[in-house]
Amino acid sequence: MGGSFNSNHFVFLMMGAVWTLALTMLAFVSGGVLGFVVSLCRVSPLRALRLITAAYILLVQGTPLLVLIFLLYFGVSMAGFQVSPLLAADLALTVYSSAYLGEIWRGCIESVPREQWEAAECLPLTRTQRMRLVVLPQAYKIAAPPTAGFMVQIVKNSSLASVVGFVELTRAGQLVNNSIFQPFLVFLIVAVLYFAMCYPLSYWSRKFETRSGIYARVQPE
Amino acid sequence: MSPIIEINDVHKNFGHLKVLNGVSFDIERGEVVAVIGRSGSGKSTMLRSVNRLEKIDRGRLVVCGHVVSDPSVDLHQLRRDVGIVFQSFNLFPHLTVRENVALGPRVARKLGRAETAKISEAALARVNLLEKLDVYPEQLSGGQQQRVAIARSLAMEPQVMLFDEVTSALDPYLTGEVLGVMEDLARGGMTMLVVTHEMEFAKRVANSIIFMNEGRVWERGPGGMLDDPQTLELRQFVGKT
Ligand SMILES: Nc1ncnc2c1ncn2[C@@H]1O[C@H](COP(=O)(O)OP(=O)(O)O)[C@@H](O)[C@H]1O
Ligand SMILES: [Mg+2]
Repeated sequence: MGGSFNSNHFVFLMMGAVWTLALTMLAFVSGGVLGFVVSLCRVSPLRALRLITAAYILLVQGTPLLVLIFLLYFGVSMAGFQVSPLLAADLALTVYSSAYLGEIWRGCIESVPREQWEAAECLPLTRTQRMRLVVLPQAYKIAAPPTAGFMVQIVKNSSLASVVGFVELTRAGQLVNNSIFQPFLVFLIVAVLYFAMCYPLSYWSRKFETRSGIYARVQPE
Repeated sequence: MSPIIEINDVHKNFGHLKVLNGVSFDIERGEVVAVIGRSGSGKSTMLRSVNRLEKIDRGRLVVCGHVVSDPSVDLHQLRRDVGIVFQSFNLFPHLTVRENVALGPRVARKLGRAETAKISEAALARVNLLEKLDVYPEQLSGGQQQRVAIARSLAMEPQVMLFDEVTSALDPYLTGEVLGVMEDLARGGMTMLVVTHEMEFAKRVANSIIFMNEGRVWERGPGGMLDDPQTLELRQFVGKT
């Protein structure tokens, strides 16, 4: 083909960025829901639930994301189900995120001081009420920065989905470059697009960290 | 009428450490009892056993008719009847003063909006904090926070209130305003078990004082007992404070 970089190439890269964003969002929403359940199981009074989810986290964290993607793409196909590259990548990222978010959020829940549990218990709130009304709202504030940090990782790691043929931003860059061979320009644009997706997340998480009086919306007199 | 709190030969170990070593005493309804003693003598553990934040190993404990030493005790009902205030306030930092106090009535007592508001405001009025309804705990002084914690407990309309060194984290000026609120409560007829280092307060407000030592009730008597200790240990204790 040849030729130089034109607006079609740019649109193609933008489409790749949109797919990266879509994949990330899907993985974050489903991984978030699953991760939330995992984190609740990790602090459950039921020992069996704690052990099962601990094993799940250990297993997933001990497996490279690339291998998870291969497992879900080829493994599920071998079992006779047709999976699209998008579905396989999404499932892999969901599993991956749920383990990491589950562990991050478990830490946030446990960092709410024991005295808060106790005060709520003496009120007396039931275990579910304590969790919902006292512990989770506080854990949520603690969780925002590490969660945003992890989302940045997901945006970048979603590039691994290209190995099963899914055309996201990195793969789109490779394809454009194969056609016009201007690697520096193409990958510079790819990098800028990644940055544009990650920066708002980093900014948001840093803003959360630097705010001191996080609960007060009113000025003290 | 039987005592509102009956504690009979209560034992409690943490591992090999004997913390409660046969504690026995009764409290009548409306009585105010101050508990004093050296740090580590088991005062907090005893107090926390009363509403079962600590499980005792041996002995019998009956509070407001609930057999606390029985593992099948109704914890929800027990804790509705027994309020507790801690040294470190333990207010909920993500809720305003009003929301902190309303949580109990609204969620644990399942009251409606209007009644919850009425009870919360009445509780805050008793601790003189009606003007701070919509601020967050972090915007209050330690003394104000502790008064909110007392109001939060009062809003459950408990029959007994437990206080564990509630002024120990406060400077003398703020200590005064909290002790003042507690004195008003005592005058109003609340049954109170108060672990404290404030000897003047204990003498003036309490009907009787319990001196704990080595996990036991070492001496019990009216305020005057501090001026006339019967044991060497109490003499040493009042001597150095
Ligand atoms: N949860 C616990 N685990 C182990 N030891 C404890 C625990 N709580 C209290 N203790 C120990 O029990 C003893 C009595 O503590 P406490 O009841 O807090 O005494 P006080 O309130 O009179 O200072 C202390 O030696 C303390 O270290
Ligand atoms: Mg103590």
